[in-house]
Amino acid sequence: MKIDLKKYRVKPKNYMDKKDAKSKRVSWLFLFPSLTGVMLFFLVPYFIIIFYSFIMNPPTDYSFVGFKNYFTVFNNAAFRTASLNTIKFTFLAVPLAVVIPLLLALLLDIKIPFKSQFRTAFLTPLMVPVASVVLVWQVIFHYNGLGNEILNSLNIDSVDWFNSEQALFVIVVLFLWKNIGYNMILFMAALGSVPRDLLEVAYLENASGWNIFWNIKFRYMTSTLLFVTIMSIINSFKVFREIFLLKGAHPTSYMYMLQTYMNNKFDALDHHLLSAAAIVMSIVMIIIIGVLFLLEGRVGKDIEEA
Amino acid sequence: MTTKADKYIKKARKLRRLKRGKEKLKIAIITLLLAFVACIFLSPIVLTMTNSLMSQSEIKANYGQVFSTDANGGKTYISKQVELKFIPDMVSVSQYYTVLFKSADYLYKFWKSVILVVPIVIFQILVAVAASYGFYRFSGKLKTIIFFTYIILMLMPYQVTLVPNYLVAKGLGIIDTNWAIWLPGIFSPFSVYLITKYMKRIPVSLIEAAEIDGCNDYQVFSKICFPLSKGCMISCGILVFIDYWNMVEQPVIMYKDEADYPLSVFLSKINEGEIGLAFAVATIYMFLPLLIFLYGEDYLVEGISYQGGVKG
Repeated sequence: MKIDLKKYRVKPKNYMDKKDAKSKRVSWLFLFPSLTGVMLFFLVPYFIIIFYSFIMNPPTDYSFVGFKNYFTVFNNAAFRTASLNTIKFTFLAVPLAVVIPLLLALLLDIKIPFKSQFRTAFLTPLMVPVASVVLVWQVIFHYNGLGNEILNSLNIDSVDWFNSEQALFVIVVLFLWKNIGYNMILFMAALGSVPRDLLEVAYLENASGWNIFWNIKFRYMTSTLLFVTIMSIINSFKVFREIFLLKGAHPTSYMYMLQTYMNNKFDALDHHLLSAAAIVMSIVMIIIIGVLFLLEGRVGKDIEEA
Repeated sequence: MTTKADKYIKKARKLRRLKRGKEKLKIAIITLLLAFVACIFLSPIVLTMTNSLMSQSEIKANYGQVFSTDANGGKTYISKQVELKFIPDMVSVSQYYTVLFKSADYLYKFWKSVILVVPIVIFQILVAVAASYGFYRFSGKLKTIIFFTYIILMLMPYQVTLVPNYLVAKGLGIIDTNWAIWLPGIFSPFSVYLITKYMKRIPVSLIEAAEIDGCNDYQVFSKICFPLSKGCMISCGILVFIDYWNMVEQPVIMYKDEADYPLSVFLSKINEGEIGLAFAVATIYMFLPLLIFLYGEDYLVEGISYQGGVKG
């Protein structure tokens, strides 16, 4: 007897398909509000900006000018100063904002008393609005203020904090003050995820502190390291708040950052230049983040193989 | 009688004791060092608070020249030192009295901040929870691309994302109104990223069990995913709150009139005549986030930790 297999084939697939289709629709429905908002306020206008950056003078003159706007921006002295300052600041502040919190997290990983109190102390600056402490910064970094008083007691001449090369140092300090706690928590979380048995074995084998850090803890922290670096770069752009609240929209050239430049371009109504600058900035950001991700992929692979 | 073995044991004990002593010393040094750093970290905050208890004349005597500018807008360098004081000569709450009951300006700005920030926090979280559920269920190729776009948007500095925000606000004619701050804030992709990352940890078996018991998609959300993400929503809310409570970029661009600025910007525009009030207003302004910190520190720490996404 020949059995017709087709006859016996169960067909739940169709039912599941239907259910899946419905669930899928529902899941898009949940996504809908956020997606519309992001489309409306971020994505669609972003494409308009790309368009604007190639146009003569958007609201009135829509003639295509190619890369002229980009050249105008690049040739602008203010833009150059601003980029240079921002690059200097980022290269100085971001590594410090990674290393110092890492050290603090490692220290807090040791069995020491008052651990949670220390965590609270380092995290508190994150909660405090910039506007509230800006007064104190002004007092400390005033020409006759505490900062110079300390320098004088160390036999160093007074420094004009805001109007000299030292301005960069001041911003780095303000940035670190606010962001160290945040990064420290990220590292602490990563340290907490290092498998305890691995560490115990290392202790039993009398591994040195450096070995334990480099060969075990650090390997488990690479993804966090990347994340902290990216977040520090992102947050480094927020020093605009400190600069703006300290010195307003037109600080000295030592403190004139890319953010300040962008901010002032809004007032000037140069939409085409503003757009070009925004595109340049976002391309640079995407490149930096892409490179960091690639680096992490490489290092991460290395660990998985090891 | 002491044997050789006894000698060795004694020696080993001595060594261990020495090692322990060294360890203890190390810990003491580290603790002291950390305490010192912690004090430096907290000092600006403490200074603001204690100085808010000074009387107007005392502040003027101490810091008058910091906030005074000469006719050319430049700084005047008087040889007198600026006295940084931790403890006021005479504690007085007169500054608070003035801020709270006499000078309505600051109170108005404070409320302006509240009005701007609270709706953003609430609605951003609500929109984000829904979106996270959308990302959590049925992750297709398209959704992966969308989620990636969200991440890139989240990583962009304000100066970049504000340009599209500004153009749309202008197009919609909502510039110079609160909507120009509210709407981009509500749809900011930050909390979507955070809550989605958290939701992805909810075990699928839980969802399956609920579905077998007859939950439809809405019920899976309202009965399982939403309640389970509550902790994450709170921590996310705190993070969003502190960022917007501290906002400078948006109001500076979206409002033409300086009178519309919230306290986060307005505080720095304080003029010489009112510097006595400045510290009191500053203290009042940081009171709310510090209070939230006091009660929600664990949530905040958890929220930051999710962001790092250990094994995410």
